[in-house]
Amino acid sequence: MAVQDALPGRVGSGGFAALNDQRVRGAIFQVLLVIGIISFGWWIIHNTAANLRAQGIGFGFDILFDSAGFQINQALIEYQETSSYVRVYFVGLINTLVVSFIGILLATLIGFIVGIARLSTNWVVAKAAYVYIEILRNIPLLLQIFIWYFAVLRLLPPKREAIDLGPLGLLNIAGWYAPKVIYGPGFPIMLSALIFGIVATFIIRRWAYKRQMATGEQFPVLWTGLALIIAVPIVSWFAVGILMKGAPLSLEYASEGNFGPRGGARVYPEFIGLLFALSFYTASFIAEIVRAGILAVAHGQTEAAYSLGLRPGHTLRLVVVPQAMRVIVPPLTSQYLNLTKNSSLAVAIAYPDLVSVFAGTALNQTGRAVEFILVTMATYLVISLVTSAFMNWYNSSVALVER
Amino acid sequence: MQKTILPLLAGAALVLTAVSASAATLDDVKGKGTLQCGVSQGLPGFSNPDSQGNWSGLDVDTCKAIAAAVFGDASKAAFTPLSAKERFTALQSGEVDVLTRNTTWTMSRDTDLGLNFAGVNYYDGQGFMVRKDLGVSSALELSGASVCTNTGTTTELNVADYFRKNDMDYEVVAFEKADEVVAAYDAGRCDVYTTDQSGLYAQKLKLANPDDHIILPEIISKEPLGPAVRQGDDQWFSVVKWTLFALINAEELGVTQANVDEMKTSDNPAVKRLLGTEGSFGESIGLGADWAANAIKAVGNYGEMYDRNVGPDTELGIDRGLNKLWSDGGIQYAPPVR
Repeated sequence: MAVQDALPGRVGSGGFAALNDQRVRGAIFQVLLVIGIISFGWWIIHNTAANLRAQGIGFGFDILFDSAGFQINQALIEYQETSSYVRVYFVGLINTLVVSFIGILLATLIGFIVGIARLSTNWVVAKAAYVYIEILRNIPLLLQIFIWYFAVLRLLPPKREAIDLGPLGLLNIAGWYAPKVIYGPGFPIMLSALIFGIVATFIIRRWAYKRQMATGEQFPVLWTGLALIIAVPIVSWFAVGILMKGAPLSLEYASEGNFGPRGGARVYPEFIGLLFALSFYTASFIAEIVRAGILAVAHGQTEAAYSLGLRPGHTLRLVVVPQAMRVIVPPLTSQYLNLTKNSSLAVAIAYPDLVSVFAGTALNQTGRAVEFILVTMATYLVISLVTSAFMNWYNSSVALVER
Repeated sequence: MQKTILPLLAGAALVLTAVSASAATLDDVKGKGTLQCGVSQGLPGFSNPDSQGNWSGLDVDTCKAIAAAVFGDASKAAFTPLSAKERFTALQSGEVDVLTRNTTWTMSRDTDLGLNFAGVNYYDGQGFMVRKDLGVSSALELSGASVCTNTGTTTELNVADYFRKNDMDYEVVAFEKADEVVAAYDAGRCDVYTTDQSGLYAQKLKLANPDDHIILPEIISKEPLGPAVRQGDDQWFSVVKWTLFALINAEELGVTQANVDEMKTSDNPAVKRLLGTEGSFGESIGLGADWAANAIKAVGNYGEMYDRNVGPDTELGIDRGLNKLWSDGGIQYAPPVR
């Protein structure tokens, strides 16, 4: 609010002078607004309480500790029918986070590929990317979820005639029966070996970077890193296998049951359908953001890089993308938030996400709409704020450093 | 999409609307000139729209009977299709005046949810449907099966109890809409479809090859289905309750859609009281003297409603069983009008 002095001619005209002062008026309006908001909030709470009382519905969060009584198919933490609604909440929350997280990774990957393809000098590649974007972003997401779920569902064979994917397990209409990882006795040793490999790679990378800055000599970080991350655990695998007489990890496959395969690590078709729909849909928006970001980098930058002798790959990675990221990251954040919130459409295809099992089934079994919806809204708010905070941090790390 | 946000909107209505919905539903209904009934999204025999959007079924007839009792005109009944998940919030928030939607009367719904069940218009029980080629003949052989069901139903809880009690494991796939459950079961996503047995008969008709499926003999629960209203409005509760009782009493007394007018001159005092030629029973619930006569004229007595919608001569072909009158060996029984 711009602070201005009152006009000289109007000063001192009685008791109303104060009202003519913009600062005073501004303060009055702000106080009125705050009073308005508080009384609106009070009215909502009071009115809700009165409505609930009038209809004989209780209020309180102690209901959350009652036992739920229903089953959830995809529970990544221990869950039984006797578990409480709090447990239902965490099962749903984890399912939401899992599909959102993997969806964000997949959407970013596809989005970057399509966005760069859209700028390709190859006519077919560019047009294919263009068609992908125009189709995917213009069909409502719910429809895409139905298409993925019901179309994919119907193309897969029935339960007892599963497709054998060999070492990857079985695939049928009830989903993917992936091999289940069984941890053996020497697993911690192997895990430590893997962590050692990753940490060593990071240290070498920093050392190589410093050396290159100082002397200009390059070091093959990629190959050394791969060797460390892959070779060290493999060596430890055999060492552990021989010393402790048992592989640190083994795979358990689905076995034949009365109703088709049983056991293994289940990936449900509801999850696959939702994940694909969310990723491909959001990727079409990310592709446009990526394209805009790359186009925003002045062409002179590319030409300058070329004239310095950088190859096209290096030019893209070292010159164009770092500058494009400044344009890309803020809108990318809102796409990530959208994907997370859109995951609540899961309810349409029976994926047990937070909205489906907590704000849906649990709400319905208890009838406590107000409590369950409040908790759900607060949860989405927190997820969104955390995502935003992380992306803001990332944005400030890629932003132009002004000196 | 619209369906998934509906409970939220209904919840918001609970937060935002003024305290009025629960006060005097009968006056509200008379004031707006229509009776808004919550029904299913399409369950043959109970509430199902035809290609012109005309609803029919046992629950629809119950709603029409109430409309006829209030207005003397069954066409004043309007229908709001609700998923199992949306139904209670829709009633609580005043979006519908009465829920005639194959809803099981349970203690928690009667108490915690702030509902009042006005009686039972269909005694049901939960059953299982499977493909014939699985070679299953009893529900006890279903260990390891995946089960399709509706979310937010007693069905979902009963199936959990049943499998746990019999120490069998299973995988549940719970959809919001009945149509999605049927589609997923038909596509082979699940081995078993479970819901109230009447629902199984009805949904079986929608499958690609109904003859490839059988309904297992086990009934694993008691599912008394009936109309429900909001708590705190005794007058409206009485209107709904006694309209249903009137339909059942009419069957017992031999009053039918065809003979209701001539029965008004009957010598039987019980018939006279029911049809309003003796006493002032209609006035005592805020309606006209011919409330019951109007209801019967609109939809017939309970037996006629049953036979027309779900009985042996319909597509569903469900034997009356428990739903016979108490005098015929069933358990349908209504308190007397006197």
